[in-house]
Amino acid sequence: MGVLLDAISWLLLSLGGVFVFIGGLGALRMPNLYTRMHAASLTDTMGAVLIIVGIMLQAGASLAAIKLFAILLFLLLTSPTASNALASAALLAGMRPGEARTEDEEPGK
Amino acid sequence: MTFLFSAFVLTLLVVTALAIVRTGNLFVAIMLTGIFSLLMAVIFFLLDAPDVALTEATIGAGISTVLFLGALALTGEHERTGSTNRPLALVVVIATALIVIYATFDKPRFGDPQAPVQQHVAPWYLEHTPESIDIPNSVTAVLGSFRGYDTLGEVFVVFTAGIGVLILLGSAPAMRSGKDRTRPVRSSEGLRHYLIPRVVGRFLIPVILLFGLYVQFHGDYGPGGGFQAGALIAAAFILYALLEGKEQALAVLPRQVLTALMVGGALLYGGVGVASMLLGGNFLDYSVLTSNPITGQHIGLLLIEVGVGATVMGVLLSVFHAFAARGGHEKC
Amino acid sequence: MLMELLRLYHYWVFAMLLMIGFYAVVAKPNLIKKLIGLSLFQAAVFLLYITMGKVDGGTAPIFQPGLVNQVFSNPLPQVLILTAIVVGISTMALGLGIVVRIKEEYGSTEEDVIQEINRRW
Repeated sequence: MGVLLDAISWLLLSLGGVFVFIGGLGALRMPNLYTRMHAASLTDTMGAVLIIVGIMLQAGASLAAIKLFAILLFLLLTSPTASNALASAALLAGMRPGEARTEDEEPGK
Repeated sequence: MTFLFSAFVLTLLVVTALAIVRTGNLFVAIMLTGIFSLLMAVIFFLLDAPDVALTEATIGAGISTVLFLGALALTGEHERTGSTNRPLALVVVIATALIVIYATFDKPRFGDPQAPVQQHVAPWYLEHTPESIDIPNSVTAVLGSFRGYDTLGEVFVVFTAGIGVLILLGSAPAMRSGKDRTRPVRSSEGLRHYLIPRVVGRFLIPVILLFGLYVQFHGDYGPGGGFQAGALIAAAFILYALLEGKEQALAVLPRQVLTALMVGGALLYGGVGVASMLLGGNFLDYSVLTSNPITGQHIGLLLIEVGVGATVMGVLLSVFHAFAARGGHEKC
Repeated sequence: MLMELLRLYHYWVFAMLLMIGFYAVVAKPNLIKKLIGLSLFQAAVFLLYITMGKVDGGTAPIFQPGLVNQVFSNPLPQVLILTAIVVGISTMALGLGIVVRIKEEYGSTEEDVIQEINRRW
């Protein structure tokens, strides 16, 4: 039982790591802010969920698991909200989705 | 393994710091300082300092970013480019860095238990925390009791800085340079038009406040205490002000209340000291507060932590409102 | 040997951060940028203190029931830095307040522009 849980937990952790990596890669390589945000959202949805559930399995039924669950809930609430605020701020600042930006610096400009 | 991870985060710290200095846009620089603070908090955590990590995460990444943005809204976000290359400064800085790095070869090995730092008073503190104060978190014990004088001094520095900002920015803005400060004032305050952040904010703010109170009163047992709690609660109210507009926030918590918190907290801390003197002990010697010295220490710590929390929260919120009232609207 | 050198990495990062912050303070004309540099400088000092408090094999200095002979890291630097962070933000706010007032009086936050205005007076 213990070994099985351990294996599942490590599988989830590594999968989460892969998602974070892909998200980071996308945030670097995508052409404009909106697509970058789309890629980066992978890190705080799939990446974070998989990693935190993986750690929860490591922690077992304890206070730490409850705390991790609270963190997960908090992340799932805040990160979409932050993305929404970011996208609407970019739209307000006059960035149109679809146009490719070549310069790497300062997407808020 | 931990070492590899901390080496990675330390390298990221240096990269972020370089980016902060290089960028010409101050808005970007401030956002990067938020990232810098979070990385710093990770490093503190890896170095066995969860209390400090918690403080750095709330203050550095949260409050400090908001205060800088508040000031930026009043001063303009673009740094004038050109004439920023000062070769002499660069040479001096690199030379000094090399000298400091050379000096580190004579430092005690990282993590050496025999290093002079670990030999002085710290073992005494660790040894005496269980018997004379009897709380698990020795950081709180040292902060509140063994070095209570230091903390009193720090609280008064925070208090004085708060008064300083209120004196500088509390008066009405000068009108003679008002021409270049006119900006289109938005018809609404805060984020009235943004439904999603407001709804989520309403849900989160009570939770943040609850967490702040937990950090305040659980500081004896785990990482936390008045400094972190004051900053967390202030962050909750700042979030409220950003979402609902500063007028609404001031209606919930008026300026007089904030000033009273600022003053009351510092007075409470000093008052505990005076009370312990009146009861026949030394200044800030909580053991005399009740007949049982350990219970006395517990009560004293509880009271001074509340004092610290109230002062920190009052100062941070007063400073925020002082900046916010200065501009037409708060930038966020 | 290499491992020994790598163990000094924390101190090297301290030196680099210290000097990056200092460079921003002396070389950048913008006052807000100077304050950001100052906060980097501060953060470097915090890092130095906490690094010195770390003990090999230690844990956070919080006693836990049932654990005996536990090695703890040094709580003293942590206490000093914890309070220093809060004091740092308060003094930073004071600095920002002064910058805002300077902007209102001089119409600029650039050091050389302000000096130019002062010279003309």
